[in-house]
Amino acid sequence: MAKLHVSTTINGEPMEFLCEPNDTMLDALRGPLALTGSKEGCASGDCGACSIMLDDRLVCSCLMLAAEAEDHDIRTIEGMAQGERLHPLQQKFLEMAALQCGICTSGMLVASDALLKKNPHPSEEEVRFWLAGNLCRCTGYDKIVRAVLETASDMREMAQ
Amino acid sequence: MTDIRYVSPHTLDEAVRAFAAGGSAARIMAGGTDLLVQMRSGAVRPGLIVDIKKISEMTAIEETGDGGFRVGAAVPGAVLAEHPRFGKVWPGVLEAVNLIGSTQVQGRASAGGNLCNGSPAGDSVPAMIAAGAIVTVQGPSGRREIPVEQMPAGPGRTNLRPGEILVSFALPPRPPGSSDAYLRMIPRTEMDIAVVGCGVSLTLKNGVCTAARVGLGAVAPTVLLVEAAAKALIGSKLDDAALNAAGAACSAACRPIDDKRGTIAYRTKVAGVLLKRTAAIAAKRAKEN
Repeated sequence: MAKLHVSTTINGEPMEFLCEPNDTMLDALRGPLALTGSKEGCASGDCGACSIMLDDRLVCSCLMLAAEAEDHDIRTIEGMAQGERLHPLQQKFLEMAALQCGICTSGMLVASDALLKKNPHPSEEEVRFWLAGNLCRCTGYDKIVRAVLETASDMREMAQ
Repeated sequence: MTDIRYVSPHTLDEAVRAFAAGGSAARIMAGGTDLLVQMRSGAVRPGLIVDIKKISEMTAIEETGDGGFRVGAAVPGAVLAEHPRFGKVWPGVLEAVNLIGSTQVQGRASAGGNLCNGSPAGDSVPAMIAAGAIVTVQGPSGRREIPVEQMPAGPGRTNLRPGEILVSFALPPRPPGSSDAYLRMIPRTEMDIAVVGCGVSLTLKNGVCTAARVGLGAVAPTVLLVEAAAKALIGSKLDDAALNAAGAACSAACRPIDDKRGTIAYRTKVAGVLLKRTAAIAAKRAKEN
């Protein structure tokens, strides 16, 4: 079976890649595209470690076919920092030790960024609800939730 | 390794042709949140995947001239939630659709996929049944409309004929004093599969219930329309006697299984409790309309 040729945009850059019809977007990111920041935790949409933005909407890249990326806009954890300058969420996760092993971290960051873009002033409950599909098996959730809430507060101050 | 093909047609006619040509090995993909998991586990090995998201009718939310809604089968939950009017008119349907999976899953999962996946525990299905949704399907021999409660055939099975594709849900116009609600019982707070799910849609006039429909999930091989429960509500002021009778009708309709999520006895009891709670929420909302 011939491979499919896919033209897409990833982190603002036009990209092309080849994939099998049943490859997931996560397969393509971690394989031919060599963007290994998105992780595979469960491969069934439960853990959120593979979270990406598809046309500005948060999705699991393990639940999306790579072929679907054609003509769409994909954003991954690799597009979050501006060069050497970390995104405020990334900086805050470091400062507040909101990670240990790091497997869940890129998904947590992508999902948290999506939340703050939609809701710059989330309550703790809203953060926990939004991140219910991002599993962490070491830090626990408290530090992560607090880091997101603090970042939101910092970003609101910066915006003023 | 078997060959697998992926197509993403722009028109329904093309999709129907491709799907029919693919035979029993063809699968329709909307959000893919069930299909990709089934492929990964080896439960399904499609020879052809027909992605329907490029078909505008499948992804449109339309408020019809008579005040009803037509929701494309592939509209993701997150998109439905952002519609300025849908959640005001059908809050129960919306809360049911939005209970499917995480934020990430909501970005993709659709009510159409939830229905066609055929799970007795699909959250959107009892609410759609309560709402009286009519589904439009299209296949090689044309289009037809089916009441949504006639779609499920058993666990993992629907009454779609070979080659037929679910296109949209039509929700009827709402008379004043109408609303709906959906509740599900799960042992956790989020991200779980319903032990029991209950959808209630009703209309109140001067405090009297003039119309009601009840959908009940996860308590039988298919999601159920419980007409006896609706009958107990209609004509009443939703007093305790009427709610108890409707709850008892829901419990009586249960033909559940024992599994790790709940026993037969538990599910049967909870079905009655949920009916009462769901009807109370729908009634409170209806009074504000």
